[in-house]
Amino acid sequence: MPPLLRVSDLRTYYVGFRGTRVVKAVDGVSFTLEPGETFGLVGESGCGKTTTCHSIVRLLAPSASIVSGSIELDGDDLVKKSQAEMRRIRGRRIATILQDPMASLDPLFSIGQQVAEPAYYHQSLRGQPLRQRVKELLTAVRIPSAERRMKDFPHQMSGGMRQRIVGAIAQAGGPRIIIADEPTTNLDVTIQLQYLNLLKELQRASGVALIFVTHNLGIVAKMCDKVAVMYAGKIVEMQSVRGLFYRPRHPYTRALLDSIPKLGVKEPLYGIPGQPPDLSDLPAGCSFHPRCRQAMDRCRIEDPWRHDMGDDASVRCWLPIEEAAARG
Amino acid sequence: MGKPLLEVRDLKKHFPVGGSLLGKGRGVVKAVDGISFTINAGETLGLVGESGCGKTTTSKLVLAAEAPTAGAIEFEGRNLAELTGTALRDHRRKVQVVFQDPYSSLSPRMRVGDIIAEPIKAHEHLSSQDIRARVAELLELVGLRPDVARLFPHEFSGGQRQRLAIARAFSTNARLVVLDEPVSALDVSIRAHIISLLEEIQRRLAVSYLFIAHDLAAVSHISHQTAVMYLGKLVEVTDSLELCRTPLHPYTKALFAASLPSHPDEPRDEIVLAGEVPSALNPPAGCHFHPRCPFAMPRCSEEEPKLAEVAPGHQVACHLYDL
Repeated sequence: MPPLLRVSDLRTYYVGFRGTRVVKAVDGVSFTLEPGETFGLVGESGCGKTTTCHSIVRLLAPSASIVSGSIELDGDDLVKKSQAEMRRIRGRRIATILQDPMASLDPLFSIGQQVAEPAYYHQSLRGQPLRQRVKELLTAVRIPSAERRMKDFPHQMSGGMRQRIVGAIAQAGGPRIIIADEPTTNLDVTIQLQYLNLLKELQRASGVALIFVTHNLGIVAKMCDKVAVMYAGKIVEMQSVRGLFYRPRHPYTRALLDSIPKLGVKEPLYGIPGQPPDLSDLPAGCSFHPRCRQAMDRCRIEDPWRHDMGDDASVRCWLPIEEAAARG
Repeated sequence: MGKPLLEVRDLKKHFPVGGSLLGKGRGVVKAVDGISFTINAGETLGLVGESGCGKTTTSKLVLAAEAPTAGAIEFEGRNLAELTGTALRDHRRKVQVVFQDPYSSLSPRMRVGDIIAEPIKAHEHLSSQDIRARVAELLELVGLRPDVARLFPHEFSGGQRQRLAIARAFSTNARLVVLDEPVSALDVSIRAHIISLLEEIQRRLAVSYLFIAHDLAAVSHISHQTAVMYLGKLVEVTDSLELCRTPLHPYTKALFAASLPSHPDEPRDEIVLAGEVPSALNPPAGCHFHPRCPFAMPRCSEEEPKLAEVAPGHQVACHLYDL
């Protein structure tokens, strides 16, 4: 059986200054997603994780385009779809939750109208059944007195409530996949925990698969089954969440794990030297080599290929490749 | 080390809100409502709490950017309320601030050298040559090359900009620096650098910090003492490691439970708080935390708990620990 979603060798480039500047925001990304799975996409700002998500739902900026690769949803290639066909997929089969709930909610429509929209278009619900569905969705995301709050507008809600309403909208079309792009960045910690637990609960109830985009490894540890670490447009390491935390193979992953303060531990932190690279002017060889603790001569010249480690795990680094070669 | 540099006693700041032009029907937001703490020379106090709990108002009071409604702030043994003229200017020279967002806290129209020199010019009479030398020293202190002084802020990355903001904060030999969420806006790989830089500067210059953040792990890493704030009040104050080992107040426990694990198999007490932070305009009676508290007793809705020492150096405001 094919996986629910299979992204193969996806390349999305931004072209600026009349074609003189090409930003390879997504440069050969491949992964698969199974039903009910939570897949974490981790990386720093500008590493291409958001562009990857926008490519999947085909909501790219005009300057960006998918240059090659395929995105198969149930064996159906989304890259070949027209925008009209995509409108029938977005919301119904793939929904999104964005970082800023105030920007994703329309201030001029009531909460009820906005939650109703996907159910109206995708499930053709009308009248009382539609009202009933909206009430159920709002109750599921714990909006107190849902019946009454349906008439309220986004500005009358707190930040945590707004983000829960965005969650209700994402659920409304009954999608198979929800892409959550940094959904808790603007929330306070205790509200963040409530929200993450709520997402898990909704996932258990509906069996939806989640793609969780974040720069926070704590969220990954809490939420994800499988994790991909992105750096400069490429997935540099992909593993099960336990594999990633117990046996990180890429020096970048290890450096990220070492740079995070841990509760009750005062050991000095490891700071990764240098800056995340400029995607339009990448260093030769492995993009991470100027910041890498273990860079070798080969890393400066040649970009490592994807080295499969079995069980859907892979790493792009010469060290494990050469170790494997030495073992024969 | 160990001598109090800043002492805050029963500090209050209330803001009037709403009502008509004539002041009828006005409400009061008790942003800071009777807090006391001490920062020793060369040490760091971490102030943790969720948005709207009064952390930033506290920092404005310490910076003398706002006048308190009641209570006292003593810096180097002198009451802030009594300072005027030169003495107040001197306080502002010695207490500096680094803000969260290095994109909005540096003027895009000024060269880096001028940004760092501005406080020096405001507070000291130095020749332009001496100022240039001081700016060069400061840039080196924060790990930048002295020749970047002629560049503009947009030529720097977020982490480098935060270094510039730190250089500016130290330009007038500050004794206390308020760090208001200094790493929240930065990329993860850059945060560790800034935290390590701040720790190193503290070791070299024996400066004190008031470190405001909502990330418990970062706060406990950099701070000697940590104070937890909820709706204008301190609910727990103690040594940072002690707080991590034995948090006492139910809110502190909930904050630790809500802080994300550093590992997928990290054991967690799951205390998920119901509801959200209530409005500071109309806080709950008794203990402000009781409507969200899993351990609330009838007494908690009637009587407000006082911050009291329940173990050596460990203060908590909760009826659970009343003897």
